[in-house]
Amino acid sequence: MSIVIQGLSKTFGNFAALDNVSLEVPDGALLALLGPSGSGKTTLLRVIAGLEVADSGAVLHEGEDITDYSARDRKVGFVFQHYALFRHMTVAENIGYGLKVRRTPGAKIRERVDELLKLIRLEGLQTRYPGQLSGGQRQRVALARALAAQPKVLLLDEPFGALDAKVRQELRQWLRRLHEDIHVTSIFVTHDQEEAFEVADRVVVMNQGRIEQVGKPDEIYDHPATPFVYQFLGHVNHFHGRIQNGRLRLGDAEFPLSSREAAQDAPAIGYVRPHEIKVRAEANGAPSIVAIIKHMNTAGPLVHLELERADDGGRFAVELTREESRQIPLQTGARVFVELRNVRVFAEDNQALNPNLQAREETP
Amino acid sequence: MSADGPSVGHRATAPGSIRQAQQDPAWVRWGLISIAITVVVILVVIPVINIFVSALSEGFGVYCDNLFADSDTRDSIMLTLTVVPIALVANLIFGLAAAWAIARFEFPGRTLLTALIDLPFSVSPVVAGLMFVLIFGLQGYLGPFLRRDGYAVMPYLTSLPAVVVFIVTFFLLQPRREKERRGPWKHPKLALLAGSAFVFGLFCFGQQYFEVWPRNQSLKIIFATPGLVLATAFVTFPFVARELIPVMEAVGPDEELAAVSLGANGWQMFWTVTVPNIRWGLVYGIILCNARAVGEFGAVYVVSGHIAGQTDTMPLRIEKLFQEYNLPGSFAVASVLTLLAIFTLIAKIKLERKVPSADDHPAMRNAPEAGK
Repeated sequence: MSIVIQGLSKTFGNFAALDNVSLEVPDGALLALLGPSGSGKTTLLRVIAGLEVADSGAVLHEGEDITDYSARDRKVGFVFQHYALFRHMTVAENIGYGLKVRRTPGAKIRERVDELLKLIRLEGLQTRYPGQLSGGQRQRVALARALAAQPKVLLLDEPFGALDAKVRQELRQWLRRLHEDIHVTSIFVTHDQEEAFEVADRVVVMNQGRIEQVGKPDEIYDHPATPFVYQFLGHVNHFHGRIQNGRLRLGDAEFPLSSREAAQDAPAIGYVRPHEIKVRAEANGAPSIVAIIKHMNTAGPLVHLELERADDGGRFAVELTREESRQIPLQTGARVFVELRNVRVFAEDNQALNPNLQAREETP
Repeated sequence: MSADGPSVGHRATAPGSIRQAQQDPAWVRWGLISIAITVVVILVVIPVINIFVSALSEGFGVYCDNLFADSDTRDSIMLTLTVVPIALVANLIFGLAAAWAIARFEFPGRTLLTALIDLPFSVSPVVAGLMFVLIFGLQGYLGPFLRRDGYAVMPYLTSLPAVVVFIVTFFLLQPRREKERRGPWKHPKLALLAGSAFVFGLFCFGQQYFEVWPRNQSLKIIFATPGLVLATAFVTFPFVARELIPVMEAVGPDEELAAVSLGANGWQMFWTVTVPNIRWGLVYGIILCNARAVGEFGAVYVVSGHIAGQTDTMPLRIEKLFQEYNLPGSFAVASVLTLLAIFTLIAKIKLERKVPSADDHPAMRNAPEAGK
């Protein structure tokens, strides 16, 4: 294990940024810390880097306790969200800074800087100043600077946050390939689930200073451990009903559950993604609920529908492919029959279903 | 094309009407400009030229004699050249420390400190001078002590810098790697405490043992150079800090943190990252501080006591020569101060073009995309 985190806690005033967080990062992993703002992901990254001191807990690096080490003794490369390049130094001086302060001979610094410039494909720009570079170029210089002293761990704080969409897309793929080449254990922070899934080989979902789930991107998407994870990764519909015989009962219809942990005969919330809903013009005997089309948006590769349940008036969203949408006559105000697939119920919701939770989940 | 016609015509007329709405009639414009110019000429240009004309009225030789032949005038120039650098260095150190504390840390009393820094701006210099007389004067609060054996504090005062030097050396010699830290560096807190106490004691005892300072003599602060330094430092105290706080806040701590995470120690971080980032603010603050310190009259007047050749700074000397009806002499010294002021003004204008440039504002340089 490259990095082991044991029971880290950190509070700012009354706000718990980290609440007893434990995590293991394998050697050579590319790990994403994913979560909404205020979930503690950046704080965790800064504690690992030594830029922030945790109230309690420990950080181990290859078995060595580095909790009390200062940032400069940790052999960690840190890439700041806004790059924090030294604006009065050239690109080459920026990249060589970490070597210079460690008193590396000049010839070695130049050699390493040239090597890194080649790696980030900015040869010929070594005499430019950060102010003369584009956002994407600055980002790559910041990365090269962090890599110069051959850190054991690379930490990136929202590496693509300040870039526009197109550059971001390019840099994501580039970072992925770079990691395959140099294979240094890397942790990056993001609030964009798409980014986390595309770049990382392991994803850690965080919320309110706690880790909700750790796993491979597809594991997390297919088997979210908590309602929070389920909701954070894409759109979600809530269906309030009852659990009976291991099925979710909505009005007269009963839908099978994709998870089996559900309690018997209790109120429950079914979670269904918009693309996991089938819409039919006619009932065909399969369990279904009746709904009315309130709004439809046919632009783009998917058709987006907003439906209202005929029984309790609850609204939900549906995504159909163009092909599916052609098979049924769709128009605003039409009555349709809706079949739910992959209904998930979370155990904690069943026990609780408290007003607090419900209020939170009413927001689409 | 016909559809374009009216819109082009519309566009052509619009700026015309806007110009009329925004601009005042010619007589108002010229009236205001001539009033402004007249006032500046009468109040500023003519008096400034007059200083040089009067100073040189009896020829350049006499001008030089007035400046350098008169031993009291020469001494006053030397005194100013002694007092101002000391006050400047003191305020530079204080200003850096205060700006760093206010821009980088959250601590109780931060707002109060920010407000207190401005206090010397709002207090009348005469009151400031009086304040020092009341505290450090031989008839003031500390008077009895200063009269009896004022030099007794000197061993303690001089030992403090020695302790600071010890602490800085301790950190400079600290091995880079955590693992290599042995001996005193294994327990830094204990070592620093014990070491500081030892250094302090050694210096104090050494100075007392060898009787470096005179005993049973009164130490004059007021009506002597230390008082002038105190008064000058107090009056010019906000300049450096006030220039640095906004610059440091704008630059932010990220570059410094980046330097530390790249392996720089505090000393390297300060000289390679912090100082270059704030250098224009620093130079600007020093120039303003210097200009004010050289010309300070009120506070210095109160604490000086007017001992010719001993406690007369240049502004005080000008006043004295003027009172003695030695106008050419008075104007000669005044011309030196004026030249200094003009130099300051030019330097200030040159720097003002530099300070707000992209060089010192991270928002413009490092993260233009952040706003999106």
